[in-house]
Amino acid sequence: MMILSGDPPRNRMLTLVLVLIILALLATPFLFPGAKALNVAAKICVFAALVASYDLLLGYTGSVSFAHTMFYGIGSYAIAIALYGMGPHWGAVATGIVVGLPLAALLALAIGLFSLRVAAIFFAMITLAVASAFQVLASQLSWLTGGEDGRSFQLPELLRPGTVLISKNVLGFEFNGRILTYYLVFAVSALMILALLRVVNSPFGRVLQAIRENRFRAEALGFRTVFHLSYANCIAALVAAGAGILNALWLRYAGPDTSLSFSIMLDILLMVVIGGMGTIYGAIIGATIFILAQNYLQSLMGVASKAASEAGLPLLPGLLHPDRWLLWLGLLFIASVYFFPTGVVGRLRNLGSDKSAGSSH
Amino acid sequence: MTELAATDPLPKPKRDIAPILLPIAVALVMIPLIGSPSTWLTLTAASLAMGMMIFIMASGLTLVFGLMDVLNFGHGAFIAVGAYVATLVLAPFATSLQVDSLWMNLAVLAPAALLSMAVSGALGLIVERVLILPVYGQHLKQILMTTGGLIVAEQTLYAVWGPQIIPTPLPTSLRGSFILGDVAIAKYRVLATLIGLAVFIAIQLVLNRTKLGLLIRAGVENREMVEALGYRIRRLFLGVFMTGSALAGLGGVMWALYREQVHASMSDDLTVLIFIVVIIGGLGSIGGCFIGAILVAMIANYGGFLVPKLALVSNILLMVAILMWRPRGLYAVTSR
Repeated sequence: MMILSGDPPRNRMLTLVLVLIILALLATPFLFPGAKALNVAAKICVFAALVASYDLLLGYTGSVSFAHTMFYGIGSYAIAIALYGMGPHWGAVATGIVVGLPLAALLALAIGLFSLRVAAIFFAMITLAVASAFQVLASQLSWLTGGEDGRSFQLPELLRPGTVLISKNVLGFEFNGRILTYYLVFAVSALMILALLRVVNSPFGRVLQAIRENRFRAEALGFRTVFHLSYANCIAALVAAGAGILNALWLRYAGPDTSLSFSIMLDILLMVVIGGMGTIYGAIIGATIFILAQNYLQSLMGVASKAASEAGLPLLPGLLHPDRWLLWLGLLFIASVYFFPTGVVGRLRNLGSDKSAGSSH
Repeated sequence: MTELAATDPLPKPKRDIAPILLPIAVALVMIPLIGSPSTWLTLTAASLAMGMMIFIMASGLTLVFGLMDVLNFGHGAFIAVGAYVATLVLAPFATSLQVDSLWMNLAVLAPAALLSMAVSGALGLIVERVLILPVYGQHLKQILMTTGGLIVAEQTLYAVWGPQIIPTPLPTSLRGSFILGDVAIAKYRVLATLIGLAVFIAIQLVLNRTKLGLLIRAGVENREMVEALGYRIRRLFLGVFMTGSALAGLGGVMWALYREQVHASMSDDLTVLIFIVVIIGGLGSIGGCFIGAILVAMIANYGGFLVPKLALVSNILLMVAILMWRPRGLYAVTSR
């Protein structure tokens, strides 16, 4: 209870699913050998943290930001540039963290103070504009960021796949640097999610919810809403940058497509909406469902597209082509905003509360 | 206090001319910076033309927000759809576009533009009914729904037309420039400026001189009062939304010819641009949108000439500067 900040999942089904996901993630290196399963698991961890930080903004303060990938990208690029430029040692990792996190927070503060001061409705548009400018900037400053190619780099000795920590004949499988990196990603993501739970269940988090429900009233009660919103924006940016750092460490690469592109922003939006806005737990569920679907359903689309083109159907092969994955994502997005805006977590919690209400009669 | 007779005209509200002077001031300041007057004239003409095209695209967005408080993140989709639909007409009649006769060329361009406007207007009808009607009055969901709509529209364009860039060459008679002394002004830019001005004047006339415009302006001020007087403001809104979408389609055609190419991702870049324009102008204000569009285009043209490196962030800097001066945009719409 302490560790969850007094905000348990509040539903038996939901608890079960969450425990299953976490156990599966913990056991991935033993249960599912192979690079793909481990990649998918690491991506789920990183995105769960990233989406949870976005949920702090979207779900708890009710403001739509399109600049979240920018902070994610700042984290990724900071660590990539540091490791690329300074060589693979821990000092470079520390430099990347020390430069990346404050940079993300400062930028978030600047955007927050500027756009929240003028009019809340501008926030979404201004973040979109700033994020697109940043994206162009990152691809233009190729001496620093490597342009469209991005930056690949080496990890410190301890985290490399070649480093065998516990050899195969002790545990029955090899515990190498790659697996250590995976557990690092897992642990830091889990810590960040727990920290976010702490934030949203603090008095500060309650004020954010009050602002979401009625900003005018929150202001009338004496809360400085601009301060609270900017602060939330900074925390979200910090966690996003942290997730970016983990992502870069895992991929050993940072580039525009993996950390800055608009499609990642859409992925985040979709994960929040599917999982359930304003719950933090929704981030874990949303990220898991989405990334599993992305990795395993997309190949199914390819098969379906081929089948459709062999059957000679018009237009369908084009629509089912794996590259058109975003089209179905968009439709799913609209449908989920429309039909179940509370997401999986909200649905499960409602089901639970209906049942308990029914039994008490 | 003096007595007012019933026939006396109402006291006029004070005109706020500072924003109107701003682009003029920017243009004048640039003369010594650029140096050569002929280059300056060419750049100014280019800014005007680009500004008009942006204005045509952005006007619908700002009107829709002003009237019904709906923030449409999918506005860029209408632009791209308009451009793609135009290629349906432009491509088969490519030969008559090659003929060096203004009337022959216009005879192809005009139906292309009209078809684009019709299709994007019809798309506007669908979007309004399907996406916006269910989430009317909820900003958060509007943003999410229309963002989803933008993705679906863009991806459908990819699925139907393929990912490649479609060239849309300018008709022969609109190529080249008018040469006045040592000043060269591209012919197409003159046409774009004329169309943009015509659209601006038409919108202003409708808003300020007709009963329809009166109702729209009244709706911006106080929606419930207009409804209480027995007007169906929802229908009025649908009309405005469709008009805005059709204008976005027209802007898309013009932009496609200006860039001489069509690509599905054009909606992304232009969405950002028109957002900056409507924020600068003040959400809901047509006049502000007009000035904002010209300012953005001026910064793009002058800035691109003087400091090309700065062009990446110049729009953001402009927006920051304007919002520091007037936090709600050049002309704040008072009711929100």
